[in-house]
Amino acid sequence: MSAVKTARRAQAAPHTAARLAWRGWSVLWSPRAVLASAAVVLVALGFALVQLGVGDYPMSPGEVLATLTGNRGEAQEFVIFDLRLPRLLTAGLVGLALGASGAIFQSVTRNPLGSPEIMGFTMGASAGAVAMVLVFGGQEGSGMAGALIGGFATAATVYGLANRRGIQGFRLILVGVAATALLDSLISYLLLRARLQDAESAYTWLVGSLNGADWQQVQIIGLTVIVMIVPVLAIGNQMRLLEMGDDLAQGLGVRVKPTRLRLLLIGTVLCAGAVATAGPIAFVALAAPQIMRRLTGGSVSIVPAALMGALILIVSDLAAQRVWPDSQMPVGIPTLCIGGTYLAWLLYQQSRASRL
Amino acid sequence: MKIENPPAADALPGNRLRAHNLSLRYGERVVAENLSIDIPDGSLTMIVGPNACGKSTLLRALARLLPPERGSVVLDGEDIAKYPSKEVARRLGLLPQTSIAPDGITVADLVARGRFPHQKFLRQWSADDDVAVTNALERTNTGDLATRYVDELSGGQRQRVWLAMALAQETPLLLLDEPTTYLDITHQVEVLDLCAELQESGERTIVVVLHELNLAARYATHLIAMRDGSVVAGGSPKEIVTPELIEKVYQLPCSIIDDPETGTPLVIPAARNRTGARCT
Repeated sequence: MSAVKTARRAQAAPHTAARLAWRGWSVLWSPRAVLASAAVVLVALGFALVQLGVGDYPMSPGEVLATLTGNRGEAQEFVIFDLRLPRLLTAGLVGLALGASGAIFQSVTRNPLGSPEIMGFTMGASAGAVAMVLVFGGQEGSGMAGALIGGFATAATVYGLANRRGIQGFRLILVGVAATALLDSLISYLLLRARLQDAESAYTWLVGSLNGADWQQVQIIGLTVIVMIVPVLAIGNQMRLLEMGDDLAQGLGVRVKPTRLRLLLIGTVLCAGAVATAGPIAFVALAAPQIMRRLTGGSVSIVPAALMGALILIVSDLAAQRVWPDSQMPVGIPTLCIGGTYLAWLLYQQSRASRL
Repeated sequence: MKIENPPAADALPGNRLRAHNLSLRYGERVVAENLSIDIPDGSLTMIVGPNACGKSTLLRALARLLPPERGSVVLDGEDIAKYPSKEVARRLGLLPQTSIAPDGITVADLVARGRFPHQKFLRQWSADDDVAVTNALERTNTGDLATRYVDELSGGQRQRVWLAMALAQETPLLLLDEPTTYLDITHQVEVLDLCAELQESGERTIVVVLHELNLAARYATHLIAMRDGSVVAGGSPKEIVTPELIEKVYQLPCSIIDDPETGTPLVIPAARNRTGARCT
């Protein structure tokens, strides 16, 4: 150690990460990830402005901004604050939650397929919601409660079954695929037994939708996201080390099992919150981290993936509303198109690189 | 020659890393019973033995990756299980056999990850970290690779980079699990030369699990031979490596000559005759 001490004034090590230091504090960040994230935020804000302006009562971006700052009449305020803004915020926040949970699950399973829908949690939430809606006949909040219960119950079951001397990524995916198939047949059974009217209202829980999103939805998903911000930021570094293997991570002082459990818990809460708010919106959790990984270089990371998730969902919702107006198209359908195409491309790329 | 119960014979009080009466198992499979071991401070200790003799398992137990069923690993006089994880990681570094380099990471960034146990949530980088990373890159001759991507490196270069990461951790104790696997002879020698340099500079105690018996005998200052989960012999290679020991540990008839380069024992397996039996 003495040789190390004498060389204390060596030059800064070459790094691609930049540091932000203030007094004794310092934070490492990657300039490329920050640039890409900033670009995503700007594009998302641009689409948000468009989305607030278009509709049966069109408004120019200037008019939208004026209304937001309280300089327009009641009609405009009603359109913006009561109709369009809650829907936009719901889309953005659900996207954040899905993107972040996707990044967490992909990191924990060390597999780009390790997203909540592949692992069965989304389907579990759907099954729970459908069951509750059929039992309680679409009473207010029953679908939401069912989604939360179903999501967590499925997650607990999948973790339990995948746990053999520690939870292993690939087993999580295999068990999740089995759980998805089981739950799928359960949902079909429930819908077959249900009255047509009930089945109709349960159907919204099978394809995610932002139709009729109001401030109550914003509160639920907003609270979920805000509560998770600090845990997510605090666990990022440990997550990165876990990707290099359990033994190495533990050798570096990461408490492997508690850290992985905490990651799974954060990911499950974010995913369940998103499904309870807007239903099972497909593929955002799968695609957002992978798209962002290609933009930022390096491995998946939570915050950029969350921002990309928000962008995907805002754009998809705009498409759902504007490309097929008057159809009340659920946002889950454009995300399925985008995500499905993307997944096919990803699999093609990986089979070419013979990684799969 | 110390064959019977050697750990007691060279157990010096006060060595930083010791293990007492370990019982190790994976699920139902018992790997070792009543295993005791003592790592001399400042040594380059190498652990050898046939496949599945429990040497890697022992290393995992020493690094607290595998909690023993009975017995304890003692680090600086205290049961290792009682330390906080990061404190262990500041005293004892481990390079596992297989680690996964994240996609698209540069050498410098990978090596910098070795600094994790010295960092905090809001103190993620300091001048000490810079020095440690620069030194680690220098020691392992990977300074000119610093800005390259780990995916692009050859096997030998990659192993040096992993070693650099372990060095950046700046632990007085360093455990390496078969650091030469998959490397050709040149790179094996390179890695072991580095271990010897580190040990000679007096900065670190190094424990290596090694498959290559002859290289272990050449480089080790302290050699431990294991079979079936117990230590058969421990001591300097010159003292303990005899045809009897090799026969006992590997069930391989052999003769021992002096390594013409270093004078350390060199194991020459007995030739096979035409009937398939070995000449002894």
